[in-house]
Amino acid sequence: MELTDIIKEENLVLKKSKLLTDNVMHYCPGCTHGVVHKLIAEVIEELNIQDQTIGVSPVGCSVFAYNYIDIDWAEAAHGRAPAVATAISRLHPEKYVFTYQGDGDLASIGCAEIMHACNRGENIVVVFINNAIYGMTGGQMAPTTLLGQVTSTTPYGRDAKLNGFPMKITELLAQLDGTCYVTRQSADTPAAVRKTKNALKKAFQNTRRQKGVSFVEVVGTCNSGWKMSPVDANKWMREHMFEKYPLGDIKDI
Amino acid sequence: MAEVKLMKGNEVIAETAIRCGCDGYFGYPITPQSEVMETLMLRKPWEETGMVVLQAESELAAINMVYGGASCGKKVMTSSSSPGISLKQEGITYIAGAELPCLVVDVMRGGPGLGTIQPSQSDYFQATKGGGHGDYHLIVLAPASVQEMSDFVVLGFELAFKYRNPAMVLADGVIGQMMEKVVLPDYTPRWTEEEIEKMSGDWALTGKKNRQHHIITSLELEAPRQEVFNEKLQRKYREIEANEVRYEALYCEDADYIFVAYGSCARICQKSIQLAREEGIKVGLLRPITLYPFPTQPISDLCSKVKGFLSVEMSAGQMVEDVRLAVDGRVKVDFYGRMGGVVPTPEEIVVALKNKFKI
Amino acid sequence: MAKFRGAVVVDTEHCKGCSLCVVACPTKVLDLHPNVNGKGYHYAYMKNPEACIGCASCGLVCPDSVITVYKKNVE
Repeated sequence: MELTDIIKEENLVLKKSKLLTDNVMHYCPGCTHGVVHKLIAEVIEELNIQDQTIGVSPVGCSVFAYNYIDIDWAEAAHGRAPAVATAISRLHPEKYVFTYQGDGDLASIGCAEIMHACNRGENIVVVFINNAIYGMTGGQMAPTTLLGQVTSTTPYGRDAKLNGFPMKITELLAQLDGTCYVTRQSADTPAAVRKTKNALKKAFQNTRRQKGVSFVEVVGTCNSGWKMSPVDANKWMREHMFEKYPLGDIKDI
Repeated sequence: MAEVKLMKGNEVIAETAIRCGCDGYFGYPITPQSEVMETLMLRKPWEETGMVVLQAESELAAINMVYGGASCGKKVMTSSSSPGISLKQEGITYIAGAELPCLVVDVMRGGPGLGTIQPSQSDYFQATKGGGHGDYHLIVLAPASVQEMSDFVVLGFELAFKYRNPAMVLADGVIGQMMEKVVLPDYTPRWTEEEIEKMSGDWALTGKKNRQHHIITSLELEAPRQEVFNEKLQRKYREIEANEVRYEALYCEDADYIFVAYGSCARICQKSIQLAREEGIKVGLLRPITLYPFPTQPISDLCSKVKGFLSVEMSAGQMVEDVRLAVDGRVKVDFYGRMGGVVPTPEEIVVALKNKFKI
Repeated sequence: MAKFRGAVVVDTEHCKGCSLCVVACPTKVLDLHPNVNGKGYHYAYMKNPEACIGCASCGLVCPDSVITVYKKNVE
């Protein structure tokens, strides 16, 4: 059988989502952001809510998320995405509003905003990418950086005495009554990607249930910041990150 | 027949917001303006007009909620006092950079730092010269009465949407706390989604449908493109300076000396003028209503007729710099002020005038 | 003999050669090409096209959505 017999419209099983723009993503090769962007685009496309969805992008590598998913976007100040999303959601209760935030944005500078948006039970989706490092500014320590992990501001490894401990913000947020769905996923294998997509879909569908924040953490890699190949970074993530940040649903009500 | 009420300045801000069709208020308590949110919460406008009122976890969150609401083309506002406005500067510069309309009310108190809760005008620089980072301006309105607290909420929103620029009502603790009679505006319905689409449909976040997606951002990594954007902002500010200067001139026709004062100081100066004129000293008042754009030309025009200007402020001398720029050395400009929450008396202002100009 | 035959089409100009698809492929179809694209990346390609079963694992893990997958029942 020739390839031309297979490459036919009727045999198509996977192609780029129509909601992803033609802009080439600025992310480094192998970056988890690209996978999660794709999944969000697919979920919005499958739920047919493109005209009802408003995204809020953070400061960090994913600041330009608005260039890649073809929906209306607001770009927030560093850490403030949950506050921005709060107002959009309150003023547009019928819309699907989500924030997309990294670990520095959400767990460090934006700690108050995410805590209180979750505590108020805002009717929003939060997508949290945890790669344990500041990517955009050049690989500095994040609140989620593991003990011993080398970053440009922990050149001798994160030392608890000097830098405190890796922050399990997702578990903290699950304690708040305003969250209805809190889960931690990854995007390193085909099975993990499928699970993350299901989690995202469930989170967006929760918007209609009006039960509060749906929070999806995706443990990801920053191979440039970690100074590894994309394949090695995934391996390192499985060996080190998953121990501190175990995958699975933390809360689902 | 309009209804006359006796109300506090801060309460009037809240009441007017509801009546003028404001979509959302996001605030954080701080003296001396906490009555704004308290009044709103008591009034429950969400049951009446659908207006959203939310007590945020911080001023940072409140101003970023304003950013979010304004991104949707909604009529949104916040209020605070000096230390809270300092915290809000991050959001304000983002709002200016993303060209979003909104209203910020600052009921000033004395600083620096935590300072005092008593009235002050020491945030003139912060309000008129930018406040946050980057080349930007707010449209700054300075009410001198409870009536103007109401009028300028309406006007502030009007100008904010006309220029897609944040507007500020810069009051002080005196105006916020004092009670006066006020005529409140009639109710204007909140804008419908169709009206928002018509007015702001080319930029607001309304959900992408049959159009390019809208992006609200202040980010531009390419320097030449950022410069082009900055030039566009500057053109807007020149337009605002050309069209929106507002001021009040009292007793200036025969005046030898001019008090330049805004807000509560302008009210006090009116009494000082009366006292001075009883002594035969002809004094007038030029009251800037817009602090940005500053009434440079009206002050400049007076230079040929008067012997000097005295800027009277509850600060160490901030607006006086703009008076000096307007006068440009042609006549004497001096300053009298009290600080730290102390309100000057009419008498001491007359004494200061006589001493400084050797009358 | 597999029940399904698949085919992978890579947008080679936009592939960044991260090789996540290469390791995700259960039947070792893919590899990075010795040649580079316009941006200097060794792009992914079907080195062993006959082994492809159209499972789409490669496309699922691709961060840049440059992979299109086809699958045909050959029974």
